[in-house]
Amino acid sequence: MKYKFLEHTADIKIQSFGKNINEVFENSVLAISEYISRGAKIKSIKEKSINITGENIESMYYQFLEEIIYLLDAEGFIASNAKITIKDNNIRGKILGDDSKNYKNLDHIKAATYAEMYIKKTPSGWQAQCVLDV
Amino acid sequence: MKIKKISENIWEIEKEEKMNVPGIIFASEKLMEQIKKEERTLQQIKNVASLPGIIKKSIAMSDAHMGYGFPIGGVAAFDLKKGIISPGGVGYDINCGVRLLTTNIKKSDFLAKRDQVLKELYKNIPSGVGEESEFKLTDKQIDEVLLKGSSWALENGYAEKEDVEKTEDSGCILGADPKKVSQKAKARGRKQLGTLGAGNHFLEVQEIDTIHDEKIAKIFGLNKNYLTIMIHTGSRGLGHQTASDYIQKMEKEYGFAHLPDRELAYAPIESKLGKDYRAAMSAAANFAFTNRQIITHQIRRSFKKFFPKSKIDVVYDIAHNIAKFEELKIDGKKQTLCIHRKGATRSFGPGRKEIPQIYRKIGCPILIPGSMGTYSFVLVGTKKAEEISFASTAHGAGRLHSRTYAKNNFKPEDLTKQLKDYNVAIKAGSIKSLLEEAPQAYKDVNEVVRVSHELGIGNLVAKLKPLAVVKG
Repeated sequence: MKYKFLEHTADIKIQSFGKNINEVFENSVLAISEYISRGAKIKSIKEKSINITGENIESMYYQFLEEIIYLLDAEGFIASNAKITIKDNNIRGKILGDDSKNYKNLDHIKAATYAEMYIKKTPSGWQAQCVLDV
Repeated sequence: MKIKKISENIWEIEKEEKMNVPGIIFASEKLMEQIKKEERTLQQIKNVASLPGIIKKSIAMSDAHMGYGFPIGGVAAFDLKKGIISPGGVGYDINCGVRLLTTNIKKSDFLAKRDQVLKELYKNIPSGVGEESEFKLTDKQIDEVLLKGSSWALENGYAEKEDVEKTEDSGCILGADPKKVSQKAKARGRKQLGTLGAGNHFLEVQEIDTIHDEKIAKIFGLNKNYLTIMIHTGSRGLGHQTASDYIQKMEKEYGFAHLPDRELAYAPIESKLGKDYRAAMSAAANFAFTNRQIITHQIRRSFKKFFPKSKIDVVYDIAHNIAKFEELKIDGKKQTLCIHRKGATRSFGPGRKEIPQIYRKIGCPILIPGSMGTYSFVLVGTKKAEEISFASTAHGAGRLHSRTYAKNNFKPEDLTKQLKDYNVAIKAGSIKSLLEEAPQAYKDVNEVVRVSHELGIGNLVAKLKPLAVVKG
């Protein structure tokens, strides 16, 4: 399993899984893409490069999630997936996706939050959780 | 955690552990049962009570539910010298708020043209994700909007003088500084002026169903059987980004290890960062006032097409996600406090200088939207609210069930029938998004309003019934 949605009264809670930390972050993008598109398949025909530096892993995850929300609001870009590398306090790579105007009835995310957020190593790989304000 | 009922509709979470003050919940037995089901809401009330410089009590209104940092429905006042300001006490949607308009159009006349009008409104007021506004702003223009708020709309022909006067803070919070709002936030807001957004935001055409207070309703311009129009939206992506920016700045500057919840990042009110946030938040609030003003302009335009003699006036415009400096009496002495309202509406009684001149003798209007397909309410502010709830009252129905629950448990055909039975016409992006906002997913707004009225922290004036709704 790459990700799953959990119950949350007002907003959405996502758990992502992966072999390594890069994959956990990348799989979060798959979950967000599914939420925003309401399940429609988003094409990967454009890309945006990212370069994020954070004080700690949670802060990097928060900024990473923010970037996906920002791209939709400011640049009309909807993400489908990501290819990234996390090294020390830096995330580099690209987010793939398409122009949002090519899709109808998209759902909205207001902001990333630190609520119930964690990123941890488990016996079977890595796992992350986040709650997004919608 | 010890919770006791102090008197009818008032509950106390006793001060314990790190709390500086007790928690107070204004709720009926029924609403208290719903609030108590969510342990985290209660914990958030306690967390707020532990913040530095908090005065007297950490309050939750009857429509409270779990939020980020503060609960939704949370109110807290802070001492200006020892206290803090927190983006988590305002919310991501800075100046999310409600505006109510009155019209000279009768219900029967509207119903004859309802579908056409609804279509026109849906066309002229973008809703949902990625729908661009026709008001795209240059760098200079966006800074002007952030600085001047509704006055910008007036100068550019999108507002009447009375609209601006009948907006909280005259649609412009002083001290707003566009330089404190990031380029990223401005980029998100640039194409969003005059748009509703998605989620629980809406535009609703209503009829004035019941008048509870004839005298005050008349001063507010509310006449039975005439249409009102309600707008519920905020500062859109610009506000969301501003909140995120300052949460990150504050935790970088002051750390987060000491916080009970990372979303409660704060800065002392008097610190540079505290002042910067206040200036940025006020700028985002001005963007939201202007947003609701531009939507008003578009509503007027849309109605003119079908009702050439229509006259549409603003009743009032309120912010229910905001932090403000306000003077109240604490232990008999006047004191200026930084009052955070996160999902709570200001309730000022007669005489306050902040109230527009025409309403000053009776108190400020309070606008409480119901959920889709249910009643909304107009109340009037009171002195009692100034005494017991830091001049605040509830803000809406408050969510009861998650969106996932709503999608999995409510059926589209039932919802469609229900809305038809209510005689409400709807224009929305998709049935899926409608289901998430089904009335059953929310608390009972009648009960929320009854609590405010019984406590005397907002007196009932009129009840509004929806006829047509636009949703993202």
